[in-house]
Amino acid sequence: MAMIKEEDIRKIAKLAHLEITDEEVALYTPQMADIVGYVEQLNELATDSVEPATGGLTPEGEATETKRRDVIEGSLGQQLALDQAPTPSHGHFRVPKVL
Amino acid sequence: MKEGWEAVIGMEIHAQLKTETKIFCGCAANFGDEPNANTCPVCLGLPGALPVLNEKVVELGAKAALSLGLNINETSIFSRKNYFYPDLPKGYQISQFDKPFSSNGTLEVLTAERDESGHAKDWKPIKIHIERMHLEEDAGKNVHEGLPDVDKYSYIDLNRAGTPLGEIVTGPDFRTSWQAYDYVNHVRRVLQWVGASDADMEKGNLRCEANVSVRKVGEEKFRNKVELKNLNSVRFMQKAIEYEIERQIEAHESGEGVNQETRLWDEKNNKTKVMRSKEDAHDYRYFPEPDLQPLKVSTEFIEKIKSEIPELPDAMLARFQRDYDLTFADASQLVGDISLAAFYEATAAASKNARASANWILSELQREWNAAGNSAADSPVSAENLAELIRFLDEEKINGKQAKEVLIEMFASGKSAADVVKEQGLEQISDSGAIEKIVEDVMAANEGQVAAYRGGNEKLLGFFVGQVMKASKGQANPKMVNEVLLEKLK
Repeated sequence: MAMIKEEDIRKIAKLAHLEITDEEVALYTPQMADIVGYVEQLNELATDSVEPATGGLTPEGEATETKRRDVIEGSLGQQLALDQAPTPSHGHFRVPKVL
Repeated sequence: MKEGWEAVIGMEIHAQLKTETKIFCGCAANFGDEPNANTCPVCLGLPGALPVLNEKVVELGAKAALSLGLNINETSIFSRKNYFYPDLPKGYQISQFDKPFSSNGTLEVLTAERDESGHAKDWKPIKIHIERMHLEEDAGKNVHEGLPDVDKYSYIDLNRAGTPLGEIVTGPDFRTSWQAYDYVNHVRRVLQWVGASDADMEKGNLRCEANVSVRKVGEEKFRNKVELKNLNSVRFMQKAIEYEIERQIEAHESGEGVNQETRLWDEKNNKTKVMRSKEDAHDYRYFPEPDLQPLKVSTEFIEKIKSEIPELPDAMLARFQRDYDLTFADASQLVGDISLAAFYEATAAASKNARASANWILSELQREWNAAGNSAADSPVSAENLAELIRFLDEEKINGKQAKEVLIEMFASGKSAADVVKEQGLEQISDSGAIEKIVEDVMAANEGQVAAYRGGNEKLLGFFVGQVMKASKGQANPKMVNEVLLEKLK
């Protein structure tokens, strides 16, 4: 069984920029342990002779050429890029002050 | 550095690779344009958008890696580096982690300590281990100045987000700030030479960070290191490292100790200051980027790239000394910049006088460039025009003093040497008939002195030369004047 402690939950929440209450920490800790424990069943499989899959693709897929030529394809432009932003200003995305 | 201590320095260089488009999308890689104009769903990190690798990034990355002595890995993997920052719209940067594009290189770098006035003392090669050069995307830009309420808000321009970078990481192999300085210059020039990057620190397409610690001589373990940032020129970088070495030695000796932290160079006060530190140590939770396939490069591709690498700066330096008979000091100045080296070679070829070409470029022309804020890249006097001037001098059409004046006029007007010489009526009189005529006139006007000379007062020769030069308005060829006078005064 995976060892998931409350401090792990607090750290994950912080890295994800989520604010959670103490009650939620108590609630999520066993839930997270269950999830990790469930996935850990995979460790029972013998994978010594299996190549790690990266890119989430099949070996056939990995052989596909997937590069593009260095040719400008056009962009959205300033107005369209900022259209859906909550607080655009002076051609920029505007956010609370960062250091 | 204080006796008994040594510095341990490792360098990280980010070089923007010189492509037309970004690394994973077809937006123009121009970040001087209108803010956020060069953006699309991929580089804005909009849901569902998928990255596709730019093949030019692989080509330029390979050129850079091979010319820095690195080995290119047959397979490399892109990974997500996760962190939150407003200039990083996806919440992760696509970079490379445990399987980088290239690794394990050895680079020989010429380096020298400098005396107090900045003159290099004794150039010698050192071997540097380059751990890796990986490929990644740049973040956007936070704008903190020139817009309303910057005390409350940050403004984000994502034109730079997704431009391709090569990150070059060395081992902790430097022992002095000048070694690090010479290394960065070496890398800068190599990247320019192979066309992988403009590598201009002032324009931000080459950025470097230095990891600095100190230890007692003989100590094996490393002490706490400080990461130096905000190094906007190679000179600032050298000063920042130098400052940091002294600061750390003092901190160790006083018992205060050195914190593992990031410090910024404050160029106004000439010191480093601690950057507001993040509470947690970095935890980037790298994992393989599922939207990109492993990058594979073939042996044929590597061989093709190798064959395209031009003569590198150190080889050019040796050739300039050997073929053009230049001193190390002159040759190394000329290979300091790719445009300057090309300008020199073009001048030397057209003038057929390699030494004079070096002298003229490094003294007279360099002075004009400095004064006008130009360089070889945008010189008002072309290499061909400078070569013509040098030929006029070699053919004794003009004298050295006149040549300097002609150059200044060429620089100001952009005219050719021939045009300036003609306009100013400077062309030296080398026609023997014309000179004989002037000599005869001068002798006729100074019969007394002619008699005295013939009577044995040979010092008067100088007087005659002066009179002839005056009569020719300084244009007579002085060597011919002498010869003609000696003949006629016999």
